[in-house]
Amino acid sequence: MLPDLLIALTMLSNFSLVATSRVAKAIQFAVLQGVLLGLMPLAMGLGRHFHIILLAIAAVAVKGWLIPFLFRRALKQVHIQREVDPYIGYTVSLMLCALGTGLSLLLAHNLPLKPGTEYVLMVPASLATLFTGFLLLVSRRKALTQVVGYLVLENGIYLFGLLLVEDMPALVEAGILLDLFVGIFVMGIVINHIRVAFDSTDTRHLAELKD
Amino acid sequence: MAWLLILVPLLAAALAFAVSSPALRAWILPAVGVVHLGLLLVALAGWRTLPATAWFGLDALGGWVLLVISVLFCICAFYAPAYLALRPDRDHRVLATCLLGFLGLASLLAQARHPGIAWVAMETTTLVSAPLIYFNHNRRSLEATWKYLVIGSVGIALALLGTLFIAYAAHMGGLEEPLRYTRLVENASLLSRPWLRAGFVLTLVGYGTKMGLAPLHTWKPDAYGETPGIVGALLAGGVTSCAFLALLRIYGVVAAAGEGAFARELLVAFGMLSMAWALVFMIRQTDIKRMLAYSSVEHMGILVFGIGIGGLAAKFALFHLAANALVKSVLFLSAGNIHRSYASKQLPFVTGALRRTPVSGWLFLLAFLAITGMPPFAPFLSEFSIASGALGTGHLASGAAFLVLLGGIFLAMSETVVKVVFGTPSAQRVRTPYKDAPATTAPLIVALALALVLGIWLPRPLQAMLDHASTTAEGLRSAHLEVRP
Repeated sequence: MLPDLLIALTMLSNFSLVATSRVAKAIQFAVLQGVLLGLMPLAMGLGRHFHIILLAIAAVAVKGWLIPFLFRRALKQVHIQREVDPYIGYTVSLMLCALGTGLSLLLAHNLPLKPGTEYVLMVPASLATLFTGFLLLVSRRKALTQVVGYLVLENGIYLFGLLLVEDMPALVEAGILLDLFVGIFVMGIVINHIRVAFDSTDTRHLAELKD
Repeated sequence: MAWLLILVPLLAAALAFAVSSPALRAWILPAVGVVHLGLLLVALAGWRTLPATAWFGLDALGGWVLLVISVLFCICAFYAPAYLALRPDRDHRVLATCLLGFLGLASLLAQARHPGIAWVAMETTTLVSAPLIYFNHNRRSLEATWKYLVIGSVGIALALLGTLFIAYAAHMGGLEEPLRYTRLVENASLLSRPWLRAGFVLTLVGYGTKMGLAPLHTWKPDAYGETPGIVGALLAGGVTSCAFLALLRIYGVVAAAGEGAFARELLVAFGMLSMAWALVFMIRQTDIKRMLAYSSVEHMGILVFGIGIGGLAAKFALFHLAANALVKSVLFLSAGNIHRSYASKQLPFVTGALRRTPVSGWLFLLAFLAITGMPPFAPFLSEFSIASGALGTGHLASGAAFLVLLGGIFLAMSETVVKVVFGTPSAQRVRTPYKDAPATTAPLIVALALALVLGIWLPRPLQAMLDHASTTAEGLRSAHLEVRP
């Protein structure tokens, strides 16, 4: 029951993510999503495995504390509040997100699950979240919102990974989390350089190089 | 030995970050390059058995790719001190640290026996190469860095999803973690087909983005165009080779599972598309570094095309990895010298390089002839063998298209190259103090000589290593029994 509820909340937050124009709100939703997913292994009743508890703690710490810290710092530096004039408007984004969610359900229908798997919503929710992240990445102008898109995309992948969480080597899981953190850290540094060089974090300025 | 190959460059990276003298720091690079190559040769020469339960270790395929990267790193590292001396305007600390960090991570990737670890290593190479692209600290390099980071991160995220799909395919087949390559290849018939296919498509798109296969290559011209030649050489021959290896590991599993025909069709299609796309953008290209970037897209296409044809072509695709890395290093470094001398990399301003910088001009011209398949250089051998492999196995249409594309690319590139090297330097060009010196040309001459030797004579140990590597790549052996090349 509880896992299904968390998955449903994750899917709902996808819609909130594409519908909001406030950058801080989008960050909050992405972080909320990350924390919900970080808690999932415990909701799935895997709390008896010591390494899974450790990984859940690490995931919540990275996604609920370290990454929001990076975002807050970046937000303070760049002084932006709203995503103005995105490439794809909010209403259209919302419809695309709904379409993507529907397609994810169809697509997941064609991929067989291991007999006896309880969490049938996991694969479609993962694909829908992945799609949402991708949509944010290509439809928004602000570099910071694009990073939010990347984080949501990773959330989608993490959701799929939960199907395998009992088996996956801790070394690999830890490596993935570390890479996510370092990736967002590096992107934050680049965003700050963009702000200094262009006096804005609008990626429209990044269009000088072409054939 | 396995750990030394990883730790020596990583510790040296920390050292390079800590050292305060730029001259001393610059010499750490060649020193580490030589030590790494030496360690690797010792590791490859000794008889050892890699246990099936090993998390890290060199097999013939990983060893071959790492050998290519290590030689390429040496060439770039010996070029580095003289180049960095020409760039007192920039801080070299981050550059040296990231170059060494890349070498350590490439060693990790080449030795990883688990697809998850390989993924982590690949993602980390993306992150350490981003500061390299930003070396010039101007608006243009910033734009290139941002595109590289965003497109590369999305690509690599898809590769992670693909890797997880394959893990789920194994999970459905009743295989337990840890899913090392050995176990995956040996039990490939148990894997769930729909997940395996979907997983392969995602890893192909993901690692293909890192390789720069069309149409996922859009970061490449920007990144290669805005970095120093030394970084371009290492990206075009090193980072792309890493991504190719990660893709080959997955391909081996898919082929062993009996889904090879499906995968090969995709590889051939991606290969042809990359070559055709590169050809279109090379026509009337006025920026010499962007032209080299499209040439890199083309050669990544040749690599996956060869693997897609299989057999002889697959073996020579692996050989082409070395040929391409060597000749690309000459092209990028000589283009870098020419760029330095003219303070421009755009065509109307860069003409008559043979007069202005004779050695770099000649190297650029010869390397252009080599990369487009002029005998007796190594790329001729590989391109010829891939074409005859395709025609010999009944892939008449794709084999013929491959040859036509190679011819078209030769014509398209030659227009730009002829204008750059011949003619007279224009009178109003910016005069810079740069002159070719042994320190900035000798490493290039060595690289070109190596490409020449490999085109004529392939030593027997390398020959045997390539045979083993290509059967491993095609999933015909699980690679835990032999490491001896």
